[in-house]
Amino acid sequence: MNTSAIIMLIVAMLIIWGGLALAIVNLMVRSTQEPGPEELHRDL
Amino acid sequence: MSTSASVDQTATRGGFSSRKVFIFAAIGSAVGLGNLWRFPYVAYENGGGAFLIPYLVALLTAGIPFLLLDYAIGHRHRGSAPLSFARLDRRAEGLGWWQVGICFVIAVYYAAVLAWAVRYVFFSIDKKWGDDPVGFFVGDFLQVSSPGVTADPVAGVMVPLVLVWVVVIGVLALGVQRGIGLTAAVFIPILILTFSILVVRSLFLPGAAEGLNTLFTPHWAALAEPTVWAAAFGQIFFSLSIGFGIMITYASYARRDTDMAGSGLVVGFSNSGFELLAGIGVFAALGFLAQAQDVAVDEVAKGGVGLAFFAFPAIISEAPFGALIGVLFFSSLVVAGLTSLISVAEVVISAVRDKLELSRVRATVVVTVPMAVLSVAFLGTTSGLHVLDIVDHFINQFGILLVAVVSMVVVAWGLRALPDLAAHLNDGSSSVHLGTWWRVLVGVVAPVALVYILADSFWTDVTTKYGDPDAPFPDWMIGVFGWGTAAAVIVVGFLLSRVRWREGTELTTTDDWKGGPS
Repeated sequence: MNTSAIIMLIVAMLIIWGGLALAIVNLMVRSTQEPGPEELHRDL
Repeated sequence: MSTSASVDQTATRGGFSSRKVFIFAAIGSAVGLGNLWRFPYVAYENGGGAFLIPYLVALLTAGIPFLLLDYAIGHRHRGSAPLSFARLDRRAEGLGWWQVGICFVIAVYYAAVLAWAVRYVFFSIDKKWGDDPVGFFVGDFLQVSSPGVTADPVAGVMVPLVLVWVVVIGVLALGVQRGIGLTAAVFIPILILTFSILVVRSLFLPGAAEGLNTLFTPHWAALAEPTVWAAAFGQIFFSLSIGFGIMITYASYARRDTDMAGSGLVVGFSNSGFELLAGIGVFAALGFLAQAQDVAVDEVAKGGVGLAFFAFPAIISEAPFGALIGVLFFSSLVVAGLTSLISVAEVVISAVRDKLELSRVRATVVVTVPMAVLSVAFLGTTSGLHVLDIVDHFINQFGILLVAVVSMVVVAWGLRALPDLAAHLNDGSSSVHLGTWWRVLVGVVAPVALVYILADSFWTDVTTKYGDPDAPFPDWMIGVFGWGTAAAVIVVGFLLSRVRWREGTELTTTDDWKGGPS
């Protein structure tokens, strides 16, 4: 592979998969745990 | 609406038991055939590595903001697409039914591709296509007729097609949590695992590096081309399942305390993450094929049906342990397509249930049996490929894209609902704050980008007859299955919006779940 292709591959992986990792961490850490009332899910 | 009323409604409509299940279901819908067979070729054709820039811009300025708009509408108004739009404004209900009509049409033909992929899982084991994958697919398998419509059945397609529908009906009849949620929670990890094994196998094939070179070498001059930017916005838009009711429906099933904005980021990046994985796996395999056939990668690079049913069988025939590659690839197609098909059909079921107050099982039968019959009748024949080709093109361009643009403009500028929807997503547990930037992206940037794509597509289809010039479709086919279908879903949609809601349906929304005033 040429250098520019390798760089773009790494940049793509860092941004997209790194963005996914950050989004998951953000959801787990920053999302305020303020549960509402228990909800019924019976799907009648 | 009182608190007890909303609890009753949740009990009746069903819902996802947790944020995790909702996210899996949304990823299951977004990750579909397009991620596997469309993204790699679109990226390669539009600047290679340089395509990453417009792609990321499109994801962050249009894809995720629009996804959050869908989430806000469904989660705030707790209904199917028509009911959510009706609660937003009674005059907007027709938009929801328009989206429902589009989903009905898509489900009819999408199932056929799954049926093909099911057969190819087994064909891969003994490389049934021999040394002529194209001839086998078009001739032996689909028995494709000359352009036109026939009633000649193809048993090899009809049987798996019926099987696909039996599975889909079974999953949907089980309900939102036990059917849709559980299927996604089980199959999405399996899909990731299966496709990852395929990618690793492909990377160790000789020639893989050349394939990756072809995909990722940046062609910076492409960034000056408006068509490249349009391709990026189009890819993001079509692959995220936004704008045609799916995400509204799924969001309405999410718990009220779900962090919708934070979940949206996870879904958006998961979808793109899978596309990147697909790009790596597909082009590594194409690099091998090019080396095996002693040609340039450009000569074997394909997208869509050509990639899956022409190029991959050739790869499977040439590669060591090719059968394993085939089973992994076509199983991935089946799983990705199945969870997407389920989501498309659920949009219709949810709307029918809300409007007519049918039980889950009855609504599933009322909706999916006609879908299955039409699917088998039109796609299980020797002319199925022609019908699929035309309907898919026109319903994507002048169905999904058009309704998305109209909905965004109506919500943002007609009803001026964005501040209220942003406030809803910002409420309570949100980990991401939607400010003015979100309203600008949803109200200006995304509509402008999509209008450009739509106008360009419209001009192309008006000035150039759709299809292969060497084997042109009859004009009546383009008229009926193309323009006619796209127009019919609009007309039927707005007629359905005239049907009265059942007695007792709440057509207003209040934020009462925390015990506030109703």
